[in-house]
This record gives sequence, structure tokens and C-alpha cells, in this order.
Amino acid sequence: MPHTTSSTATTTGTTTTASTSASVGSLPWEELVTSALLGTDRRPPAPRGGPVPADAPAALLDAAALHTVRRRAGLLPAVPEARPEPAAPDPRPALPEAARHRLAHLLADRSAPSGGGRRGTAPDLTELIPQWLAIANRRGFRAPAALLPALLDAARARTDLRPQALAFAGPRGMWLAGLNPDWKFALRGSASGTPQPGLTDPDAVARLWEEGLFAERVALLDAVRAQDPPAALTLLATTWPTERAEDRLMFLDSLRSGLSGADEPFLEQALSDRSRNVRATAAELLSALPESALAGRMAARALSCVHPDRTGAVTSIAVEAPHECDADMQRDGVTAVPPTGRGERSWWLGQLVEATPLGVWEERFGGRAADEIVALPVADDWADELHTAWCRAAVRQRNPRWSRALLGRPSEPVASGPGTASIAERSKLLAILDEGERASWVAEFIAAHGLSEAFQLLGVCTVPWAGPLGRAVVDALDIARDGGSYPWSFSGVMGLAERCLDPAEADRLEVLTAAQDEQEDASPGAGGYWSEAFQRLVSTLRLRAAMEAELMA
Amino acid sequence: MAPPTVGDMQLSHGGESSPTGAPVARWSVEQVLALAPDAASRKAGTRLGAAGPWSGTGSDASGAVWGLCKGSGSTPYRTVVDTTGPAYACSCPSRKFPCKHALGLLLLRASDDGAFRPAEPADWAEEWLAGRRARAARESGPAAGGDSARGPADPAAARRRAERRAERVTGGAQELEQRLADLLRGGLAATDRSGYGLWEETAARMVDAQAPGLAARVRELGAITGSGPGWPVRLLEECGLLHLLDTAWLGRDRLPDPLAATVRTRVGLPVSAEGPPVRDQWLVLAQYDTPDGKIVARRIWLYGRGSGRTALLLSFGAAGRSPAQALPVGATIDAELTPYPGGGQLRAELGEQFGATTSAGPPPGIAAAAAPAVYGNALRDDPWLDAWPATLRDVIPVPSKDGWQLADAHAVARTDAHAETHGGTRTGSALPIAPAALSRPGLWKLVALSGGGPVTVFGEIGHRGFEPFAAWDPGEEEEGAGTTGGPVVQLV
Repeated sequence: MPHTTSSTATTTGTTTTASTSASVGSLPWEELVTSALLGTDRRPPAPRGGPVPADAPAALLDAAALHTVRRRAGLLPAVPEARPEPAAPDPRPALPEAARHRLAHLLADRSAPSGGGRRGTAPDLTELIPQWLAIANRRGFRAPAALLPALLDAARARTDLRPQALAFAGPRGMWLAGLNPDWKFALRGSASGTPQPGLTDPDAVARLWEEGLFAERVALLDAVRAQDPPAALTLLATTWPTERAEDRLMFLDSLRSGLSGADEPFLEQALSDRSRNVRATAAELLSALPESALAGRMAARALSCVHPDRTGAVTSIAVEAPHECDADMQRDGVTAVPPTGRGERSWWLGQLVEATPLGVWEERFGGRAADEIVALPVADDWADELHTAWCRAAVRQRNPRWSRALLGRPSEPVASGPGTASIAERSKLLAILDEGERASWVAEFIAAHGLSEAFQLLGVCTVPWAGPLGRAVVDALDIARDGGSYPWSFSGVMGLAERCLDPAEADRLEVLTAAQDEQEDASPGAGGYWSEAFQRLVSTLRLRAAMEAELMA
Repeated sequence: MAPPTVGDMQLSHGGESSPTGAPVARWSVEQVLALAPDAASRKAGTRLGAAGPWSGTGSDASGAVWGLCKGSGSTPYRTVVDTTGPAYACSCPSRKFPCKHALGLLLLRASDDGAFRPAEPADWAEEWLAGRRARAARESGPAAGGDSARGPADPAAARRRAERRAERVTGGAQELEQRLADLLRGGLAATDRSGYGLWEETAARMVDAQAPGLAARVRELGAITGSGPGWPVRLLEECGLLHLLDTAWLGRDRLPDPLAATVRTRVGLPVSAEGPPVRDQWLVLAQYDTPDGKIVARRIWLYGRGSGRTALLLSFGAAGRSPAQALPVGATIDAELTPYPGGGQLRAELGEQFGATTSAGPPPGIAAAAAPAVYGNALRDDPWLDAWPATLRDVIPVPSKDGWQLADAHAVARTDAHAETHGGTRTGSALPIAPAALSRPGLWKLVALSGGGPVTVFGEIGHRGFEPFAAWDPGEEEEGAGTTGGPVVQLV
């Protein structure tokens, strides 16, 4: 086959170099290159001792063309390198087609600039990726292979996406990440890349526990704990004395889920651990068990400090903070040295109350309910200290009665309530309540106080927001618009609403998208921006509804 | 509409030859994004691809889509797209083409069919659509008489013009020969010092000589100098081929007709599609744009199911406008193609379209081991070819020292000396992936699709390696479509 093309070279070259091209053509390629590089004047392209062609450059080019075409026409395939190990199979079903297109769309928008300037009326697609991934993972779909690179790039840029994105990417995603240094992050940290042995195989579990890497062992302990809490304790106990202090701390943390009275003997023993952090964590876990001996010891100490004072017309609470922090208290997890700026007696008191089972107080105050106790006056300015400690106790012991009492009524002025005024504490207390109660508490709070402090509270509410809560938020936004401020003063809540409002609310919201007449006291142009913001809200809700429907198909 | 020709009768297509009666393929998100003239439009269009700003959206059976898009002003923009063209019209002032509104509208349609109720076009859309259809009917109406009437008014004058141009090209080729000879006499090493000036000036001379093909090759020579290890070898190769083209032009009278036509095309003389039209079920394999100076070149690769031909549609657009021609990748269109003349010529022009289906499935492929010979064979007809299209079946992407390879999944024991030098421990064949493709995101899509297993890949095999353009997802098989029936994924 090469002679077809080479004949082109020679026949067309005959005009100038017929007599010499044949001998130049027989020169090795390397000599042609040397001659070309140095110039035919200095190094003529001719065999050693042979005749120098009359038109050396043309002869050289003829020969080069011949060589080039001949080489290209005679190319051979390369020898293959070692193949990569194939990716583990992914048995999850493929995405419905519409959902696959949607994901491509969401990921394509990722690189678009966001945050800068006005947001316009179009939804912010990037913000919907977490929700899309959550639904897809819940439904157990397999990620389309062609979108894995874009998905990994998205997870690389946004750490908050990583857990969901990597779960969705599955074994093929991990396999791919192993081949590209840009996606190293996917293989780090959590042992999600390593396959868990079947938890039903005790030998495999024991072997991984004995020989695994730290991250693998933590993941294994968590998995066993989730399935069979006592088995996890047994597993941990087999190697406990030989573990390093920081590892013991992490493993102890794994016991937080599925905590029960069965864990008490082990935890009680850990109170004498060599490491102070391990001791503190063991004490914290024990204090979350109201029946535990530690809780009893703490209750006895706390009761000696806090008692009802019936001397006045109404019962009040008298507080006598502890005078010392003895060795027993320290063994039970009380930290002796307070942080800078805090008195040590109030510091000790806080820790005692925090670790005391809340039920103890109802008994101590003559069978009063939590809300009645919280409402009692407290002597000598101890109220803040005491209530804050009760809040921490309610959160630690996950006690809804006390949480409710300490939250107070949502409509009351923020500062005058009996419980805590701190929004951070309130959001923690709200998390203890069941989702319906949580939503209606926040709804009432927003109805009474508006949106300025609602952001953190909304963050703990279940998505999508329950009907009354959604309506309260929308009403408050509507009021804020009538108040004449700009919508970006509420961009945080607006963004949350886009992601969390029930998509079914879209139709009801439609009326708000109409531009309103400018009011006299309103900020200039605010009306237009508000209608734009509501349009974005509505279109985002519509998009979420479509997204969800596609994944449910 | 023209009466069915003999070509139509051969295909058992139910005699359907009206574009309005044919099923209209709905474009996917990827396909729509491929229409965008640049990255900024793609982003802007993506933002508009949701129901928010849209109202009055609708579509009809002939492939028209329209809607009103709310912008910053009080009146919404009127956007209408004829997806059979595709052609776009929008009342916005954007110079981008298609504008972000047209892209947004198509994206909305791709992802949310519910927003498009089949309807009669709105008045404003109907006006444009009717004008467009009338124009189309005028153009295709007197089909038989039209072709001859379109010819030059004065054949003698046209011949004189062509002769004058050939003379100028000959002058250019001779000058280029002289310059190449001077270069070789002084040595290629000197080009490392003289920089780009020499090549740019020579290229400008070739433009003056009306030989844009020669000019483009000269410009490429300028980029080779100092382009990494081995550049003198590459430069000598390309100088040799340029010299070959020069001398071929100067001696074109003695060349066989197909080769002479190839030389004319390579030199850059205008040629028009003139071969007999080929009607077939054409599978759209890939579509991608490459910037070429101030214009954008769009390549669309097609594979004819019946004829087994691979064809290339080449179109151009000014900067900021994407070329008008666009076809949805993965679709199969029933259409006529008119090939361009010349040996080893794949370029063709799209003629009448009779319909579209979405059934995919790759062309029958070959093994990696056989691919270099396919390129070698193609060099017979056109020694200036850099690469030749091929579909590789059952190949696995494998990381190698300085890049990636595509290795045959089913290794055949090799007997050539090349394999023995490696101790015979590894058998089978592989093709290195061309350097140009190594930095594209498409490479990782290909690796992801493979997952370490065999995939079918369409691309070009050439002396730089294999450049993948599209692959078929082996994991997303459509029911009953066999082992390679998954959707096609574009890699460029």
C-alpha cells in the first residue's frame, strides 16, 4: 500500500530531482533529519561518498515526504499496559431518563456564578443539587456513568455535597476517583470506599476489627452498633485496653447511638480511664442515662445545692452553689477549672445540674410539672445559670417535657420568657420536640416576632415545611414586603424557603409574584425586586416538584 | 412537495416524505447545550431553562416551539424555535445566535415537557414560522429545474476566473517551494530563533495567492517549532508533506482525477458537493465546534446504516454565532447527503431530510488491532490525511505512562516483532489516545463509561493516536438492544 502514495511523491517530484531522489530516498530517516536540521549546505543529504544531488533541498523534501507517508501507512498498534481492575458492579437500578436529564442540567449550572449581584427570577439550580441527591439516594438509584466526572467535580468544589454525592456515585465513582488525582478527596476520610464485610459473618467482622485501618474500624463499629448495640460493645471490649487514647475517645463516641443501661458497666469502668477526655466522654454518656449510678450521684450533689424555699408567700428556688470540687466529682466528669472569666462555683453548679436526671426536680418540687418549676422565681440572680444548665440537660437527655417548658410560649416577647432567650439554645431544644410540634412552635414564633431571628430556628425544621409553618413564613415575607424593606434583607430566609417550602404551596404563592404599586414609604424599586424574589420562589418550588416527580417515576 | 424519486422508493418507509409528517425528535439537555455559541450563553441559557420566567409556551407537531420570556423590561421577549432546522427567532437585542432565550426555551422543553401543550402557534410565532416554511417550499419546490438554473450565468467567464485563480495558486506554490528550499538549505534549527515572523509572513503570501489550504499548513508549521522534544522530526515531516502538496499541484495534470480533486481541496480551492446524493438512515455520531481563527468550524459525523458510509458535515459560523447546522447526537435521520468530490473525501452536504427516529446503537466496530491499517489504507487516496474515522468495538481505556490507551478487551496473540520485544508477557493491541484528547473532560466520561470493562467508541485514528468523539454507555442498555445499545455519549 505505501507504494501508491510514494509514487505520487516521486512522479510529481520528477520535474526537478528525477536523477538523484532515488539515492536520497534510500537514506535512513535519522540522516535526513540531521541534514534538515543543520541545512543541506552544511550537511548534504547524500550517502557517504555518493554524489550530492543537484537540488539538495528538494531531494531531501521528496525523501522526507516518502518516509512520512510510508511510516504513517505502516503504523502498528501499541502494546497494551496493565489493565485497571474493573469497578465493582453496582446493582442499583438506572435513573429514569427525565431524572438523568435533570441531573445533567443541575450539574451543568454548577459553574455558573452565584451570589454576585441580583439573583433574578430563575431558580438557583446549584442549591437544589443536595435535595436531588438526597431523593435519588433514598430511592436507591445508580448514578449514570457519563455524569460521574461532573458529579465528582461538584463534590470536590463543595464539601457539603460530598457525603450524598459519594454515596450516589457508588462503587463506580470510587473506582474512577482512584484513577484521577483531582478526586483524591473521595478516597480519604470515611471508609465509604472500602466494602463492609457482611455483618452476619462474625469472623470477617472480628478480622476487620483486629486488622483494619482506623477509619475502617470506626465505620465497622458504627455499622455493628446500628444493627446490634450490645454486639458493638462486646467487640469494643475485646481490644479496649490496648487501644490508643485518641482512638478510645473516637470509639467511645460511637456508643452515643443506641445508648442504653446495658452500656453502664462498661462506661462506669471508663470513668477510671487514663485519658481525661475519655473520662469526660464516659461521664457525659452516663449522665444521659437517668437510671445510671453516675446520674444518681450527680442528682444527690445537685439536690444539695438547689432546693425549694417555702419561706416567702410563694415558693421560690434557693441556690447554694458547691464550695469545692472533690476527687469523686472529678471522677464523675466534673471539670474543676473554669474557663477564664467564670466563677468556679457557678461553673461546678452548672455541670452538676446538667448531669442530673430532670425527673429528679419534679419530685423535689412537690410533683410540680416542668413548666411550673421553670416558672418559679430563683433567688440571688441564679436564674440564668440554672435555666441554662436545665437547657443543656434537656438536650442531653432528650427530654421533650422539659424542652417544651424551657422554650416557653413562642408568642411571648423574646427576653421576658421563663426559659432561655438564646436562639442557639432554642434551636437545640426545638430539635428534641417531634417535628409537628417543632413546626407549629416556629410558626407561632414567626407570626409573633417576624423573620429577623427565625433563620436558625427554621434550620431545625423538617423539610418540606409543614403547612402552618410554610404559611407563617410566606405571610411574614409578605408583611416584610409591605413594610417597604428590600428583599435581600431576608435573603437567608428566602433561600431556605426556596429549598424547604412544600412545593404544593406554589399555586398559593402565585398571587404574590405580581408587581405591586410603589408605596410612599417603601425603599425605591423594592416592589419590583420583591415580585422578582417571589417569582424565583415559585419557579424553584415548581422545579422541585418536577424533580421529585421524575425521581418517583 | 416534490414527488417521490426512485431513491425514496427503495426504502420501505411507508412512502413518508413530508417533513411535517415525520416524528420530531425531542432534544436532550446535552444536545441543546451543544448548540450554544459560547460558554457564557450556555450558562445564561441554563438559568432560563426553568419554568420561572416563561409563559405562553407551546409546541406543535411540526417541531416548532415558542414561548414568552420575562426579561428586565416590561414586555417579555418572544422566542420561537423551529427544531427541524434548527432556526431561531427572538425579539431580544442579543447578537448571540442562538440567544440565551432560545437555549432556555429548548432546555425547558428538554426537561419539562408538561410546560408545552400541543397547540396552534401563537400569532407572532406563526408569522415567522409561515415565512420560514414558505421560503423552504420556494427553495425545494422546483427541485429538478433549480439545480441547473443555479449554475453560473456565463460558463466561459467562470472558466476564465478559475484559470486566473489557478495561475495565482501556481505562483504561490512555486514561491512556497522556493521558501522551503531556502529553509532546508539553511537548516531547520534556524527557525527556532527566527520565531513566528517567518511563518506568518509566508502564510500571508499564500493568502494573497488565494491558496488558503497552503496558508493554513504554513501556519501550523510555525506552531511545531520548539513544541517539545522531537520537534525537528515533526517539522521535517510536515515540510515534506507540504512540499508533496506543492509538487502535486504543479504536476496535477498528470494525476488521476480523484487525487487531483483531493489536491485541489487540500490547496484550498472552492469545491462544491456534486456527487450523486446518497439517501440513508444516518446516525448522528458526534457534533463539536473548533475555533478556527475568527470563525467557528462545526463538525457533525454521520454514519449511514444502509450504506455503511461515514460522512462529515462541515459548517462555519462567525465568532459569537454558532454555525446554523445542528443535529441531535444519537438520533437517526432519514436524509439525503451529497458527497464532495475527491479521493478519501468524507465531507458531504446535508440535503433533504425525510424524518427522524431516535433508535441508536453504534456502527459495527473493529478491534484496536485493526485500526492503524484502516488509516493506512485511507492514506492511499489522500496522503495528507492526519486521521480517519473508525468505530472501535470492545476496547478498554487503560492508563499508560504518559496518558491513556484503548486496549482490545479480547486479546489476540500477536506475532509481530514489536510484541516480542516486550517479552511476550502482555498480549493484544492498544491505541494511544491522541494528546489533544487527554486534556478534555470527555476522557473521564469515557473512563467512567467503561468502568474497566469494554466499551464501543467512535473517533478518529491517525498518526498521533486515537481521538475519541463518542461512546455508547454499556451500563444504560435499552431493553433488548443488545450489549451496546445504550445511549450515545458525546466526548468532545
